[in-house]
Amino acid sequence: MSDLADLTLTAAAAGLRSGAFTAVELLEGVHRRAAMTEAHLHAYLTLDREGAARAAVAADAGFRRSDDHGPLQGIPVALKDNMVTRGLETTCSSKILAGYLPPYDGTVVTRLRAGGAVILGKTNLDEFAMGSSTENSAYGPSRNPWDPDRVPGGSSGGSAAAVAAGSAMVAYGSDTGGSIRQPAALCGIVGMKPTYGLVSRFGLIAFASSLDQIGPLTRTVEDAVSALEVVGGHDPADSTSYPGPVPDYRTGLESGVSGLRVGVVTELNGAGIEPAVQAAVNQTIEQLEQAGATIVQISMPSVDYALSAYYLIAPAECSANLARFDGVRYGLRRRGENVEEMMSNTRADGFGPEVIRRILLGTYALSAGYYDAFYGQAQRVRTLIIRDFQAAYEQADVLVSPTSPTTAFSFGARTEDPLSMYMSDVCTIPSNMSGDPAISVPVGLDDAGLPIGFQVMAPALGEPVMFRVAAEVERRARFDARARFATSEVA
Amino acid sequence: MGGPRLVPFRLMPIDIDIAKVARLARLALSDDELERYRLQCEVVLEHAALVQTLPTDGVAPTSHPLPRTNAFRDDVVAGCLDREEVLAQAPEREGDYFLVPRILDEP
Repeated sequence: MSDLADLTLTAAAAGLRSGAFTAVELLEGVHRRAAMTEAHLHAYLTLDREGAARAAVAADAGFRRSDDHGPLQGIPVALKDNMVTRGLETTCSSKILAGYLPPYDGTVVTRLRAGGAVILGKTNLDEFAMGSSTENSAYGPSRNPWDPDRVPGGSSGGSAAAVAAGSAMVAYGSDTGGSIRQPAALCGIVGMKPTYGLVSRFGLIAFASSLDQIGPLTRTVEDAVSALEVVGGHDPADSTSYPGPVPDYRTGLESGVSGLRVGVVTELNGAGIEPAVQAAVNQTIEQLEQAGATIVQISMPSVDYALSAYYLIAPAECSANLARFDGVRYGLRRRGENVEEMMSNTRADGFGPEVIRRILLGTYALSAGYYDAFYGQAQRVRTLIIRDFQAAYEQADVLVSPTSPTTAFSFGARTEDPLSMYMSDVCTIPSNMSGDPAISVPVGLDDAGLPIGFQVMAPALGEPVMFRVAAEVERRARFDARARFATSEVA
Repeated sequence: MGGPRLVPFRLMPIDIDIAKVARLARLALSDDELERYRLQCEVVLEHAALVQTLPTDGVAPTSHPLPRTNAFRDDVVAGCLDREEVLAQAPEREGDYFLVPRILDEP
């Protein structure tokens, strides 16, 4: 019998309903997998075995009385550890939140519970989601299931590693500059950042509020649709939540791309991209053309400035958001003679180097005398980026590029040079700046056997066309390679 | 042509008063740490300053990707967090209060 841990969400949901297996058996399969892989991969910070077991029993009881709460009922789900879970430790991979037991569930968590999902635990990330490799976790990095000597990407690296290895069937991450899509690309799975505001951020510990968005990491495009359906939609608890109706993501999945215009962004393809990555991307573009899409080359000059603007805007917002960690209401406290000294000692000891670096950058960029030259100018550049996207979407229905300029890199390769690490997100950052949806789909392997991700971007609330193209990419790529650590037997 | 790139570039010398910035950010860093962070921040800011080369006369800043005005809810009584559960997370408490070091000097 095949291993239940390797099923797609869609197949597992069907199996649960046909009675082929129970949610308890599915959970046991995933737990068996985690027992084999965790010692090598460290995808999780916390595994909540008892909570998951209770949820699986409840899901089965629901199925028995035909109480069906949708595609995630009985499905083992992992959460990035920057989403608060009531009574379950939530650390953001930071020493400053060690032992923190949140007094409430975030909206995504509430909706997952209501949908009957089986929450497995909390996955590793770069501290406060700042990084592209999980090397910034205070609790040690996660490892790539395709090659444990390489990073899984980040910041949602634990989430991506878990889904690729089979120790979760679906995971939720957050994406501020590519933190869902880049690790998905490096781990050979699907990762999707929804339109800004489509998924509530209530209960997501904030990094950069105008950029952060929660989204799913899954094995297939259809799985991503199901995972998004359950958590998306307006939430009065998040004032930035999109108030309108949620688009129908599913209907177009089988429609193909005939008649669609696919824009290839000049500035995100070619120079600076590893040849093997670009070759796989070019092949995918040809496949889309063969499938009936019209390919158009589109230049977006301001995109060359997106990374620079991002490294002013994101640190500026982070320096404000992380001011709440002051040793008063939760988390770590270090002693001091007075309140200011207590706070300064607590923060210097509780935050890791990358977080401190970004707080300093942001504080500087917002300080008197520099605000307009740095933060203000970055915001104006952001306007230009949004205009370039608007013009591009007049010529194309979707835009495409590599997700990451490279495949998974080795541990330590970029830790000494912040700028080289920041380059990991050069293709993903533009969609965060514009607030538009984007998805990474695995399309091939490089010579070292490492996965390559293909990015499809769409205008705000353009998820239906984005998923439609992504599904065609998936069908044509026929990516069926498996990570080395996606097995319950080895090691 | 095309493709993502990091343009080596220096528009204006970046000179950060790192001790002042660290104080504003409430970070008690040693002199060695301050010097290391100053160098790293200057490298990042020199590249970030690339934004200053793009003409933006008359371009309005964007603070948020999808413009929103205030979001209001109906003014009705609703549940709130459990006080004991919240205070249980405090590093130090006194009764129903968060305890902090003295803020004001003795009169």
